[in-house]
Amino acid sequence: MAIKKISKAQPEKFEFNKKNKETADSIIKNYPSGKQQSAVMALLYLAQKQNDNWIPLSAMKYIAKYLDMPYIKVYEVATFYSMYNLTPVGKYFFQVCTTTPCMLRGAYNLVDVCKRKISEEENRLSKDGKTSWLEVECLGACVNAPMLQLNEDYYEDLDPKKLEQIIDKISNDEVPQPGSYRGRLSSEPENTRKTLIGNKNA
Amino acid sequence: MLKLKVNDIDVEVEEGTTVLQACEQAGAEIPRFCYHEKLSIAGNCRMCLVEMEKSPKPIASCAMPAAEGMVLKTNTEKVKKARKGVMEFLLANHPLDCPVCDQGGECDLQDQSMYYGIDKSRFKENKRYVPEKYMGPLIKTQMTRCIHCTRCIRFATEVAGVPELGAIGRGENMQITTYLEKAMESELSANVIDLCPVGALTSKPYVFEARPWELKKTETIDVMDAVGSNIRVDTYGWEVKRVLPRINEEINEEWISDKTRYACDGLKNQRLDTPYVKINNKLKPSSWDEAFKAVSERISTAKSEKIAGFIGDMTNMETTYAAKDFFEKTIKSENLESRYEKLYINTNVRSNYLFNSSIEGIEISDLIILIGTNPRFEATILNSRIRKNYLKNKTEIISLGDVGDLTYPYQVISNNTETIKDIIDNKHEISEKIKKSKYPSIIFGQSVLKLKSAPYIFEEFKKYLLENNKISDDWNALNILSKNSSTVGSYDLNVLSKNSSYEILNKLENNNFEILILFGQDNLNFEKKNEFIIYIGSHGDKGASIADVILPGATYTEQDGYFTNLEGKLQKAYKASYPPGEAKEDWQIINELSSFIKRKNLYKDKNQLIDSLINYLNLNNKNETDFVVPEYNFKSEKIITEEIDYYHSNVIARASKTMSECKNIRMSLPKTGTNN
Repeated sequence: MAIKKISKAQPEKFEFNKKNKETADSIIKNYPSGKQQSAVMALLYLAQKQNDNWIPLSAMKYIAKYLDMPYIKVYEVATFYSMYNLTPVGKYFFQVCTTTPCMLRGAYNLVDVCKRKISEEENRLSKDGKTSWLEVECLGACVNAPMLQLNEDYYEDLDPKKLEQIIDKISNDEVPQPGSYRGRLSSEPENTRKTLIGNKNA
Repeated sequence: MLKLKVNDIDVEVEEGTTVLQACEQAGAEIPRFCYHEKLSIAGNCRMCLVEMEKSPKPIASCAMPAAEGMVLKTNTEKVKKARKGVMEFLLANHPLDCPVCDQGGECDLQDQSMYYGIDKSRFKENKRYVPEKYMGPLIKTQMTRCIHCTRCIRFATEVAGVPELGAIGRGENMQITTYLEKAMESELSANVIDLCPVGALTSKPYVFEARPWELKKTETIDVMDAVGSNIRVDTYGWEVKRVLPRINEEINEEWISDKTRYACDGLKNQRLDTPYVKINNKLKPSSWDEAFKAVSERISTAKSEKIAGFIGDMTNMETTYAAKDFFEKTIKSENLESRYEKLYINTNVRSNYLFNSSIEGIEISDLIILIGTNPRFEATILNSRIRKNYLKNKTEIISLGDVGDLTYPYQVISNNTETIKDIIDNKHEISEKIKKSKYPSIIFGQSVLKLKSAPYIFEEFKKYLLENNKISDDWNALNILSKNSSTVGSYDLNVLSKNSSYEILNKLENNNFEILILFGQDNLNFEKKNEFIIYIGSHGDKGASIADVILPGATYTEQDGYFTNLEGKLQKAYKASYPPGEAKEDWQIINELSSFIKRKNLYKDKNQLIDSLINYLNLNNKNETDFVVPEYNFKSEKIITEEIDYYHSNVIARASKTMSECKNIRMSLPKTGTNN
């Protein structure tokens, strides 16, 4: 993963809306007085949610002032964590896991599909401007590899064909069913097997 | 005290020291990149690994506190192998560009890889590329060389007090940058160049100028402000290539201000290299004889009380003393003045014009009150000490009037002189604070000594402090912050109007003098009428522009000279190069001028001058009470701290291109939010 690029197009102003401001204040109250800077990660996440799933520079400045800390310290945090998006992302944001278990089960085939069907590069909006994708590290669903996260939901046990169908549905603004795409209930064993007895490769 | 064993040597260290410091005490050298005595501990370079008994892995000695009974080994094969491993990782992404790197020859990584480096690399992958970062006109970056020691970040945040540097990204993609690549807004910024153990941050004005081993190094002192930072001047032939700090824990620790470091290119520009005489209203180059003749003719025909002399802001004490002798013996006049503005100075005792708490002492002060001063620009190094104190003790700092960002928070109170009256009359809340505190420091700037009520403020405040036992043998709370390097030395030599009145300055304003001799004085505020002006100095600036005769002198790097810093320490600046062209050392000019006028030298040689100077200083212990405190009255007025043009405060800085560039950038910068 290369260093995160900062979007060139930046909104001039950012401010928490009323609800988020209340939430932010209540988060800050969780910390002792004078340690309000500890709330920076939570506030960045709030800002990301408010601003179509990405954090503009004005939001970082706003949060720095809000928490009385230097701009660069907020900037450091925002560039460090991969889950903060610093460029606009699609309304439908695919995060493809490519860590070892998913990679072994063919995650890069999914990446190829994303490249073909969404955009050639990561974090670049598709032609219709609705979707974008990103390679990420382990999302903790290795049992259902290969998988990806679409906005808040996991789509598991995928293969290139199924992913193509998902992307096609998305482009018609239909949200496909999350979960396993091989008919499993969450991560139950396949073929209703209960033990490993009799499994040669176990 | 803790007892440890390092390489079978027993050492005793104080509690709170690290293993690295303990090893050093035992005489074992530990390689390091990220660790620095004056900064917080990061522990991220891993170069300082040592072996500890009962520890399965080598430990990072810089980050491990020493404990009772530790048994450490620093010279085993295991340690060496571990450090070699670390070095291999550091070099994996470090470019092999030492031949074109400015750090070459004084690079920590280069030196240490001589011991721990491996001659070939096992890394077949491409080296990392990091784009250059803009960090202002002083710092050149080449971030591919960065090894992420984070010394620069820690320096900017802790010492300089401008948290503008940071590390963005993570892992292999970590990069050091300023916020959105803005110039660092600090007067100490260039110290990160010295701190950088590799060539990632190097000096922009010095880029590709010279190699460290070609330079002649002269250990001397700085004259850009009254602090008297200890510096090393590196010269190549005649030219001063760069100025570096020298460690002096009592004064500048390891830091110097940007002006000290980078005004040195002003030593090459705007120089007066030959005498000039004004003929038909035009300055024409001439020989020394012609110039001396022109001067001596005028001086011998004028009445001695119509001649006045003014000592400049960077004049060394030899010159000042020679000028004093010249006026007393050759001209027989008392009109020699070192001030250029009407400052109230009580010369009864020396402590009346010194920074008595001392630069080092300010660190233990528990209450600091700034009256009419902005230490950030008037004495940058002192300001960093105040910040250090604030960080350590959360000391209460109070300023009369808002003076802008000082890199630490302070309480602003009314800047009316009434406030001072209230404090003295025990009517202000601060009176209680002063009484309660053990080591208060009251810092008076020159801006307050200029006021009409300056005698009242100074004398009454001193009385108040004496009454409350804050001026004693072990602590003196009264501090005067002088701006210029020559100020305290001139007071020591009594170069002031009689009874430190403003007689000479008043006469100057009223154009009562016929001849003015300016010894490097460029700051006089008067309108020239019919005065014949002789300028003895190094740079073509304000003084030279109004002069009728110019006698080219030397700067602080071109002559030996004593300076007394603001806390009264006598230090010597050494000659690092030669005055350009026909220019001579200042004392020599005065000596020769005297021989032209009186057919008699003032001194046989420089040694005689120095002996006589030191003798004068020793005799003159200021116990004589020839100073009479004038009658004073309270007057209600505003104490306005004069804004100083930091990057252009003296002739050398004004002639420096680097300083002008810094000034332009600082002026064009919108206020960033670092002060929130």
